[in-house]
Amino acid sequence: MKFLGLSAKDTRFLLIVILLTLATPIILQPFPEGSGLATFNAGYPDLMQRFAIFGIFAIGFNILFGLTGYLSFGHAAFLGIGSYTVVWMYKLLDYNVIWGLPLAVVTSGLFALLIGYISLRRSGIYFSILTLAFAQMSYNLAYSVLTPITNGETGLQVYSNDPQVLISEGETSPHFFGIVMNESAKLNLGDWQFTFNNGYYFTAIIAIVVFYISLRIFRSPFGLMLRAIKTNQTRLNYTGINTRPYTLAAFVISGMYAGLAGGLMAAMDPLAGAERMQWTASGEVVLMTILGGAGTLMGPILGAGFIKYFENIFSKINDQVLHGWFEWMPDGLEDFIIGLSHFFVGKSWHLTLGLLFMLVVIFLPGGLVEGGTRIWHAIRRDRKPKGPDPEHHPEHIPHVAEKEEF
Amino acid sequence: MDAIILQILNGLDKGSAYALIALGLTLIFGTLGVVNFAHGALFMIGAFVAVSVQRLLSLSFEQIDSTKTDFLGNPLKVKVPYVESWFGPEVGATIIDWSVPLAIIVAIPVMLLVGFVMERGLIKHFYKRPHADQILVTFGLAIVLQELVKYFFGANPIQTPAPDAFTGSFDFGAMIGFDPNVIIYPYWRLVYFGFAAVVIGAVFAFLQFTTFGMVVRAGMADRETVGLLGINIDRRFTIMFGIAAAVAGIAGVMYAPILSPNYHMGMDFLVLSFVVVVVGGMGSLPGAVAAGFLLGILQSFASMNEVKSVIPGIDQVIIYLVAIIILLTRPRGLMGRAGVMEE
Amino acid sequence: MGILEVKGVGKRFGGLQALSDVNLSVAENSVHAIIGPNGAGKSTLLNCFVGKLIPDTGSVMFNGQSVLGRKPHEINQMGISRVFQTPEIFGDLTVMENVMISCFAHRDGAFRIHPFETVAHEADIIEQAETMLSDVNMLDKREMHAASMSRGDKRRLEMAMCLAQEPKLLLLDEPTAGMARADTNNTIALLKEIKEKRDITMAIIEHDMHVVFSLAERITVLAQGTPLVEDTPENIKGHPKVKEAYLGESV
Repeated sequence: MKFLGLSAKDTRFLLIVILLTLATPIILQPFPEGSGLATFNAGYPDLMQRFAIFGIFAIGFNILFGLTGYLSFGHAAFLGIGSYTVVWMYKLLDYNVIWGLPLAVVTSGLFALLIGYISLRRSGIYFSILTLAFAQMSYNLAYSVLTPITNGETGLQVYSNDPQVLISEGETSPHFFGIVMNESAKLNLGDWQFTFNNGYYFTAIIAIVVFYISLRIFRSPFGLMLRAIKTNQTRLNYTGINTRPYTLAAFVISGMYAGLAGGLMAAMDPLAGAERMQWTASGEVVLMTILGGAGTLMGPILGAGFIKYFENIFSKINDQVLHGWFEWMPDGLEDFIIGLSHFFVGKSWHLTLGLLFMLVVIFLPGGLVEGGTRIWHAIRRDRKPKGPDPEHHPEHIPHVAEKEEF
Repeated sequence: MDAIILQILNGLDKGSAYALIALGLTLIFGTLGVVNFAHGALFMIGAFVAVSVQRLLSLSFEQIDSTKTDFLGNPLKVKVPYVESWFGPEVGATIIDWSVPLAIIVAIPVMLLVGFVMERGLIKHFYKRPHADQILVTFGLAIVLQELVKYFFGANPIQTPAPDAFTGSFDFGAMIGFDPNVIIYPYWRLVYFGFAAVVIGAVFAFLQFTTFGMVVRAGMADRETVGLLGINIDRRFTIMFGIAAAVAGIAGVMYAPILSPNYHMGMDFLVLSFVVVVVGGMGSLPGAVAAGFLLGILQSFASMNEVKSVIPGIDQVIIYLVAIIILLTRPRGLMGRAGVMEE
Repeated sequence: MGILEVKGVGKRFGGLQALSDVNLSVAENSVHAIIGPNGAGKSTLLNCFVGKLIPDTGSVMFNGQSVLGRKPHEINQMGISRVFQTPEIFGDLTVMENVMISCFAHRDGAFRIHPFETVAHEADIIEQAETMLSDVNMLDKREMHAASMSRGDKRRLEMAMCLAQEPKLLLLDEPTAGMARADTNNTIALLKEIKEKRDITMAIIEHDMHVVFSLAERITVLAQGTPLVEDTPENIKGHPKVKEAYLGESV
């Protein structure tokens, strides 16, 4: 079966992604309400929206970093620009996201064109520092002299004296032609409760569309050129290819993805703050992409989901939850385990995150996708013990690191 | 004129901190080829060594002072630090007062040990891995260290005063012929600058005049060749990592009175220090030091009201703006070599 | 009038005069070798042809147009391909993808944004790339990871990539450097075969006299940055100046 210009394999892949995305509110709610494991449920709107939004951010970042190898440390700037654009459209026109979102993509694309044009004059860490410098400048300016546009520390939001020239009666929160983002349908099945949120489905459908676009880019001659840039720019130059416009195009595309993600944040919650542009936000998308597997299609999405899941679940495990889990233990042991857990959960969940990064980087340099592939191959080899696997290349493939020279 | 001198002075202490962190980063990058995102955490740990030493020295026990009574007429219980009971009240009080400089004595072995453990236990395995992996793993380590400190010391900044002798300000203007109280500068900042100059001088002298330093410099220039000469370069690089950690650590100890230590100070300084390293030129030690002071001083100039009124917001962006201009006009920073970290 | 005309080229690095007054004419469809002892300026000269270096003086004309001041990719698009001393290939990609990139560059030019086409649907490009691979006997290795191949295979792949662009002039920078005798002979045979099959001009920089005398129709001897003599292989063999240049180096 072929679909929208994809090969049969990619079509299958896309269909699985679509299915999983649409079923997320059910899949992420495996434990009944009130059970001890309900803490691990992630099927609530706010978190699912973040999965989709950061998924979009990371998919876009991967087009730049995963394919060309240019490591930008300043993509959060575009996230912020997208958010500000959408909130401004709320203030000027009305709460319909149709005005803000396309404009967010356009403005972040224009900024990416400017920043990319300058930053791409350098490569390696110099490029990273240039992008970092631009993003930090945007962040610092948003807090200080640009306050008339950004509303400084308070953050940009809609006030009752804003023009809102298109506003109609009873319109109080973001919507898409009347589909209100923060409204949900709830379904109770026995002890299970599922929440189907408009905002989640809105972002999920956009995420599927932009995932499809990135799939097409990966399979296109343009994507091939981008991968060639990562592996050997010298050869590409001596093969008659001008690499600069290719990298700039990748930079602008990924900037537009980031702007879209930022715009969607404001579409879910009509606020925009400068902290979205800080370098920690840029660092987060780098981590998501590497953790999941840079240069792979699914990696960034997995990485985004993984980090956002742990951030939410681990940070909400408190003493009460812990007592619930370990009450069957003898008292002394229970106290000890709970004391030990304090290092890793609740307010200290960052420690868990840091340890996880280290473990993944040490043992799975290719990220979660590589881990998955290894498990998959191990299972398949078990099943077919005789003869070489025709799809598996037995040649030794040196890890990228082996070529690195210092 | 007086304002300019004042701003140069103000830039010196921040510039000193940037220069010290950037120096360590450059040593590690130049010798080991590792981009160490945990270096800011080492600075932070140093600052908390100062906090710990001050707390340890202030540990007290309760004693009944029979000469005084509280308002109910009972004998008064007073807290007496152990050091005062051991060395007598006066010497003891002096020791507590001088706990920040004393912390250096503790910080050097502690930081050397932290550096050795880090290098042998983790960094060693990342020499041949891509820079992205190095960044990620050291970033993870930085988060872990930061969270541990937060767990034990809390999230709020902890005031760590300098010795009383340095609490005042120094009237620099009066000394060189300006009106009194025009150019005043806190003593401790002056101490910090002098201290930074001594440490930087010591590191350079060590690299310049010892055989060890010579081998390390040769290794920075061409690691393989030095390896071929049969010199065990790895062991020396481990020691270099320890030294870089110690430099960052004592820089943190001495900075504690200027900026009350908090768990995220390492990350705050790291980002700027990376800009400093790159502006100076990756792998160039003099470049790192020069860029540290340059950016520190420029930042304090940009904070002057006269400048801010002409170009609003310049104080917020000056460092990054300078970094962009330098990188675009001098592709490898101020003093960088060709071919370092370009692909 | 040759396809490559070099007139009065000079290049100085600080205190070192790497090239001075180099005049050279490479005739169309010939194989022209540039030889000389170490440090004679051979690689510097080659880098002046491809846009990596810009000479201080003189002119380099290719097909009647100056190459000076043009970027490497522009010069390549004019019809000059280059084989490097150490094979430069796309190590992370497959052999087939390596050759396809050359085919795309030849068809689409220096830049074309085509994010909604699919590599797998480009039948012409695939066919062309397969032809190139079969020309160098590598069709069976098409799905191999390029970095994992032997040096000899990498060299053959690089040649296939260059030929896929149908260049008018192929520059070869010590194509047999670091190869065993058997590999060297294979490379010579491959180059002869390439030359027979198509109209192509080759300029070879080489140390190995065996290679030079097996292939070249004209030879230029470079010494201390300036051409000593230019002649046919037969005349070069016994030329006293050449002996002097080489002996002078070995003393």
